[in-house]
Amino acid sequence: MRLQLSPELEAFREEMRTFFTTQVPQEIRDTVAAHRHPTKAQYVEAQQVLNAAGLAVPHWPVEWGGRDWTPLQRHIWREEMQLASVPEPLAFNASMIGPVIAAFGNQEQKERFLPKTANLDIWWCQGFSEPDAGSDLASLRTTAVRDGDDWVVNGQKTWTTLGQYADWIFCLVRTDPTAEKKQRGISMLVFPMDSPGVTLRPIELLDGGFEVNEVFFEDVRVPAENLIGEENRGWDYAKFLLGNERVGIARVGATKRLIAQAKEHAQAITSGGRPLAEDPRMAARIAELENELVALELTALRVVANSADGKPHPASSVLKLRGSELQQAATELVVDIAGPLSLASFAEDGSDVPDWARVATPSYLNYRKVSIYGGSNEVQRTIIAGSILGL
Amino acid sequence: MNFDYDSEQNDLREAVRGLLARAYSDSEQRRTVTKTDPGFDEKTWSRLAEMGLLGLPFAEEDGGMGAGPIEVAIVAEEIGRVLAPEPFIETVVLAGGLIAAVGTAEQKGELIGAISEGTTIAVFAHAEPGTRWTATAEGVTATQAGDGWTLTGVKEPVPSGARADVLVVSAAIDGGTGLFLVQGDAAGLTRTGYRTHDGTWAANVRLEGTPAVALGSGDRTAAIERALAEARIAYGHEAIGAMDTALRTTAEYLKTRKQFGVTLNKFQALTFRAADMYVSLELARSTALWASMVADAGGDVVAAADRARLQTSRAGRHIGKEAIQLHGGIGVTAEYSVGHYTSRLTAIDHLLGDGDWAADRLAATVADHETVDPLGAPYSS
Repeated sequence: MRLQLSPELEAFREEMRTFFTTQVPQEIRDTVAAHRHPTKAQYVEAQQVLNAAGLAVPHWPVEWGGRDWTPLQRHIWREEMQLASVPEPLAFNASMIGPVIAAFGNQEQKERFLPKTANLDIWWCQGFSEPDAGSDLASLRTTAVRDGDDWVVNGQKTWTTLGQYADWIFCLVRTDPTAEKKQRGISMLVFPMDSPGVTLRPIELLDGGFEVNEVFFEDVRVPAENLIGEENRGWDYAKFLLGNERVGIARVGATKRLIAQAKEHAQAITSGGRPLAEDPRMAARIAELENELVALELTALRVVANSADGKPHPASSVLKLRGSELQQAATELVVDIAGPLSLASFAEDGSDVPDWARVATPSYLNYRKVSIYGGSNEVQRTIIAGSILGL
Repeated sequence: MNFDYDSEQNDLREAVRGLLARAYSDSEQRRTVTKTDPGFDEKTWSRLAEMGLLGLPFAEEDGGMGAGPIEVAIVAEEIGRVLAPEPFIETVVLAGGLIAAVGTAEQKGELIGAISEGTTIAVFAHAEPGTRWTATAEGVTATQAGDGWTLTGVKEPVPSGARADVLVVSAAIDGGTGLFLVQGDAAGLTRTGYRTHDGTWAANVRLEGTPAVALGSGDRTAAIERALAEARIAYGHEAIGAMDTALRTTAEYLKTRKQFGVTLNKFQALTFRAADMYVSLELARSTALWASMVADAGGDVVAAADRARLQTSRAGRHIGKEAIQLHGGIGVTAEYSVGHYTSRLTAIDHLLGDGDWAADRLAATVADHETVDPLGAPYSS
């Protein structure tokens, strides 16, 4: 047992910190720090800056741009990126389809997609959830039927995040409706979003933004070569993809930054004749939240520093569950600090309410998503009860 | 940076686990032992000494083993796992820790070896009726008398206070709080022992002009604060061991107990709550392990102990209460094991400061930092 990072890792942390705070354009980092949605161009620019320095896809195989880092190095990389308000490499590219193609795609697919995926020259979106297939993903109904050299896709996807920016979609489709287990008849197809028969409908969220979409497929013809891996093995790839980077999902660095901002805001609000930050109840609430976050960070470190070969550390299962709860608690804290100012949520020019207070409630409402996506917290509890406690 | 025990530490854990598993293989053994004075098994105490556990944190030249807070934590967790009632933390971490920290060479020579060998049980008499969780003393006062001192006042509750051969007593002196050694057979010392709800024993310790020897000299508040912090961390590990068993016992029960024709693990209302217990346990475990690493690395042990105290307090209450509720009525009986874990967790929570107390202390420091870096200052020296 040892508390300190090794000198090499200290140097690594410093290198990451310096890069993220000096090489990624300030304007982009300010947007993220202010809890505004970055534009597509900002996402692309940030990822290309990272990719040029070999920092976009360090967890990929080395021949495709990976760095062969330890899990602890990857953890430090991600934490420093979040602390510096750098937009993380697009998850659909870097954490989802990239690793799947690298692991299961054929050589031609790897060459065709991986460099462009790392560099965000192709913007991917995820075609998994459907109106009747949320947590129960395997009950999806979108079909792909073989017709000559093509698959013909019909059906509907939903919650397609940033689909409006996407060039390509990776899609789970039912290719064998007769399979005995519903998980066995699913395949993974990739195709351009401008294929004939693809239509996209943006869904407005509570924060007033358009982050997710419905995507409809009507006789979309997809060349057979766009099947990833083997036919009817799509469920395995989906599980692989969702199991990827379970640790990053704790988002400790991002929550840390949010609490630091909240403390600053609490200094600027007067309550009962003193700064709100000096109110004992408020100070105790912040102290509790900081401590919960320390516990989560230490658990993440315990998991990534664990030398056990390849086997996931059992405690990793708490990271998504607790990480999402703490992100939500931090956004809730900011709303409560803003108090009545939080109502000026959609104010534009001419309002005296500071920007942080205007975005407070929209962020809080938007962040209800984090305990739902990527396997809802109820799914996480099912996993803990089943695979760890044996219940 | 890593959280893994090395092979010697793993061996230590296995050895302690084996010893305590033999001593307390079922909760009935513990019930029998704790029913009568002194509330623990003297033979088990001797075996702990033979294994070198009672001298773990002390310097070898003082008669100890030269190990550190991580080894102490390993023992404490195993104690918690079976609720062994032996006063390990009280003697080794608190009283022994204070003697090692502020005692003269002569005092250390006389006592540390004897504590390590198991021949002298020393405890820290510090709590006073009417105050709570402070590092200072008010109710017991020290008066200089010739070469020595006399103490007057009441300490209570003092864990294992009636059994102890030597008491380390905190007392108000001019300009602060001093530490004193009082022999168990000293004149003017009255000790009344009693059982506590968690099966351990405590005492009312009445000092009436009782002769005492100064342990070190002058105000020792800082040393007391530090020893209390080290004990909070050790109790945190004891709590982790207890929570681990409470959760495991509960999960086992859910798999075997049948109601409505099915085992209880068919009810999601119950399994989800067990999952939340696991989350609480692992977060608390990470924090406790970290706090002992901070102590080992020479970082700010008081601040780290407050963080560990807050996390283990919240987890202990959550897991303790749910363990009983998920069992049902059997959990409230003294005849079944799980309720004793809740009782002990409740005692640990109130020995040296509860979660709200720790949160208040941390709240006083939130403005001092932008973010908390558990690997950086002040935790890493």
